[in-house]
Amino acid sequence: MNQNYAVPAVALVVLATVLVGAFGLRISRTTSDFYVASRTVGPRLNATAISGEYLSGASFLGIAGLVLVQGPDMLWYPVGYTAGYLVLLLFVAAPLRRSGAYTLPDFAEARLASQQVRRLAGAFVLGVGWLYLLPQLQGAGLTLAVLTGAPAPLGGIIVAVVVVATVAAGGMRSVTFVQAFQYWLKLTALSVPALFLVLAWQGDGAPRDAFAEPVTFRDHHVVRIDHSLHLRLSRPLDVTATGTIDGRRYTGEPVDLDAGVHRIERGTRLTFAPGAPVPTADHGSNGGMSSSLASGRRERPLYATYGLILATFLGTMGLPHVVVRFYTSPHGGAARRTTVAVLALIGGFYLLPPVYGALGRLYAPELTLAGDADAAVLLLPQRMIGGLGADLLGALVAGGAFAAFLSTASGLTMAVAGVLTQDVLPARGVRHFRLGTLLAMAVPLAASLLVGGLPVADAVGLAFAVSASSFCPLLVLGIWWRRLTPPGAAAGMLAGGGSAFVAVAATMAGFTGTGTLHALLAWPALWSVPLGFLTMVLVSLATPRRVPAQTAAILARFHLPEELRTEVKA
Amino acid sequence: MSGFLAGLCVAALPLLAAGFWAGRRTARPETLGGLGTPVEHATFQTLHTASLAAPPLRAGLTEETARKSARRLRTLLGTDALCLTDRETVLAWDGAGEHHRDEVLQRLTGARETGRGEAFRLRCDEPDCPLRWAVVAPLTVDDRVHGALVACAPRESAVLVRAAGEVARWVSVQLELADLDRSRTRLIEAEIKALRAQISPHFIFNSLAVIASFVRTDPERARELLLEFADFTRYSFRRHGDFTTLADELHAIDQYLALVRARFGERLSVTLQIAPEVLPVTLPFLCLQPLVENAVKHGLEGTADKRHISITAQDAGAEALVVIEDDGAGMDPALLRRILAGEVSPSGGIGLSNVDDRLRQVYGDDHGLVIETAVGAGMKITIRLPKYQPGVHSAARLPRE
Repeated sequence: MNQNYAVPAVALVVLATVLVGAFGLRISRTTSDFYVASRTVGPRLNATAISGEYLSGASFLGIAGLVLVQGPDMLWYPVGYTAGYLVLLLFVAAPLRRSGAYTLPDFAEARLASQQVRRLAGAFVLGVGWLYLLPQLQGAGLTLAVLTGAPAPLGGIIVAVVVVATVAAGGMRSVTFVQAFQYWLKLTALSVPALFLVLAWQGDGAPRDAFAEPVTFRDHHVVRIDHSLHLRLSRPLDVTATGTIDGRRYTGEPVDLDAGVHRIERGTRLTFAPGAPVPTADHGSNGGMSSSLASGRRERPLYATYGLILATFLGTMGLPHVVVRFYTSPHGGAARRTTVAVLALIGGFYLLPPVYGALGRLYAPELTLAGDADAAVLLLPQRMIGGLGADLLGALVAGGAFAAFLSTASGLTMAVAGVLTQDVLPARGVRHFRLGTLLAMAVPLAASLLVGGLPVADAVGLAFAVSASSFCPLLVLGIWWRRLTPPGAAAGMLAGGGSAFVAVAATMAGFTGTGTLHALLAWPALWSVPLGFLTMVLVSLATPRRVPAQTAAILARFHLPEELRTEVKA
Repeated sequence: MSGFLAGLCVAALPLLAAGFWAGRRTARPETLGGLGTPVEHATFQTLHTASLAAPPLRAGLTEETARKSARRLRTLLGTDALCLTDRETVLAWDGAGEHHRDEVLQRLTGARETGRGEAFRLRCDEPDCPLRWAVVAPLTVDDRVHGALVACAPRESAVLVRAAGEVARWVSVQLELADLDRSRTRLIEAEIKALRAQISPHFIFNSLAVIASFVRTDPERARELLLEFADFTRYSFRRHGDFTTLADELHAIDQYLALVRARFGERLSVTLQIAPEVLPVTLPFLCLQPLVENAVKHGLEGTADKRHISITAQDAGAEALVVIEDDGAGMDPALLRRILAGEVSPSGGIGLSNVDDRLRQVYGDDHGLVIETAVGAGMKITIRLPKYQPGVHSAARLPRE
């Protein structure tokens, strides 16, 4: 990849983000344009902003990578990421806006009038936010490493510094315009190259075996192994090797590898013949655990798929950076219309990553072997087109990828920093918000340097699972059930969200148990969400005296359109 | 391996946090252990129990607060049963022998009339009921009997009578404080009602004069101004809801400025910079317009220079930041401090200190006005409005044509 184009593209994206953030206020100097300046954000603009903030590195790079490695089953990811907004639209959007809450802890306080539940919700915002930030930073590191060969943590550090600098300096004075700009940038950066790639694919005779199992090399291919790894073969394989395999040196002679696991030292070059199946790497050996979730998926595909569906469908409503954007809607009806628009915008965007995944299976199958399949989107233009055009397209994609990391990371940092300033750090004030920003970013940055790389989309899936098990019960029962009590809400969040968090921590720590246990820990949503709901309902029923006194008035405010509000003295 | 360690840290963090929290919750003064002599220790214990019983009673005498405090009070008195009543019913009964409820209630009439305590023997058919005597001590607020504290014991005891009397007096003090709290809240509410919606009479007079001056020369302009005036006064005089949205408040400011501009013409220029995501923020009704009015007054009246006012509203995380700045005459900071403290009443209206009071009332003391000014250096007023505050809900939007 030609870094002469990619690096300026990334720099341009960063600069544009900062500028739009700092100067994106609406300015009026005469009376006549006052109306324009004071107009509230319409549903479409707000929806674009929400989409821009929501489409993270997981969507931009991760989905294509997963489709490349594991095939069309992974299409559940984009489906789930989108369908989450349908659940949000049906059950949460308008009442949440009418509650007047800005953050999830605000909602807990508005509904249950309890400081303890507020603090607990704040703790879960921190947990979900940090879990979500972690893969963004790692993804940024991967992107920069692929683009320039820089050491892996550098990209994450750059994103962290840019985000902290802009957020702490008050650079995000008008978030809506920044995020809306980011959405269009990301859509362009993915759709324009996709168009050229599809044309190139047509020019290549439109091969249609993208999802044939197993993935095969289409022509002679030399793969250089950068990290020692274990290769798992389901059938014998003929390769030409230069380097060390299973402790034996080879210098360019053909090797017959039996089915089973083979250790390949770093620096080895493998040459595959056309039609050879692409083996998959067992990453347990090199400190990473990219395959830990994949193996669970292979063993229990049905359970894993349902776990994913539940987590993404119900987890979207609890994402801290998404919830705060609904506050921008002037009223509940507008929040609802905004969500419909978000469904369209996100649905449109998610048509693109699978295209990259499918083309990746055809043109860059060796990425499964090297273990950085997330880079497929970045590498495809080079592989399929070549020349100056590929460099320019690659630069566009790289810029889009950085926009994805920046927008989601800044949204999350603001949400996490808000909770830190309001509920954790002692006093209030602007200086404390800066401290909160620093802390909000420092924790995931440190973690990203310590914890090995999970595939970006999988790591984000874990954040969704925690959110679905803690905030989904709180929001749904809080809005639709009048007998919810503060102890019930606290117990439910602790049981559901807490157990999901423990499962996620165990998975990320590389606690790879076997079989059922591993699947249960890697895809916790299927049991932790019902656990959260059940605990919340049972404990609430057991403490009927603790139902907040104003519940009827509060629920009336949640559900009645604003125009009728004067009649209900709440 | 490092991954495992990191994961371990991630798993241990919530545990540590939970332990810290549990530790803070359980570390109560009663674990003072070997502090002081036994007498001192007993004093600490008593004071601590009393302090625990106080907070619920500060909310007044209701069934819930009585239930919460009765348990503590019984520990304080060390009796088998303790009961709190208001003038008609038993609010809470803590301890054994609840079947005496009705009997106790019947015997209360005397204490209620005279306001004096008394002790009487309980009639009881159950052989294993420990209660034989009851001590009644009235709870009085402002010399009116509000209820009674009844302590029940197996035998008559002068000590119990004395102790019950003292505890009842202490409870009465708490109830008096609750009464005081209530009247303070009422006072503040009345104050807010009195303070709100005070558009200055000068403004009405000046506006009508300006409109009158246009009636002959430019009837169309006069009509427009009259409509602006009508809209603005309707907003100012509305009677429902104490809160409004930033969008509505800015709209009122725009109408106000249109009228002012008609009077001062080219001498006044205004810049608005608004981040649209803060427009739905809820804020106390008419709390920005007086600040703009103040800026106009200080900037324009009494000089012939051109003046500029800028109004900025921007997003700052969980808060909205509103800045109103003018390049007018400014003010001596010492004088300003005295105006805000309510020591001097400023010449024109009660603008600044009124807004400051209301903001502090609604959002707490760290959300008052922040004013930067000096004589001849203009004035910059900064307001931080939390996007969410419990109990702050904007009323329905005015129907717009």
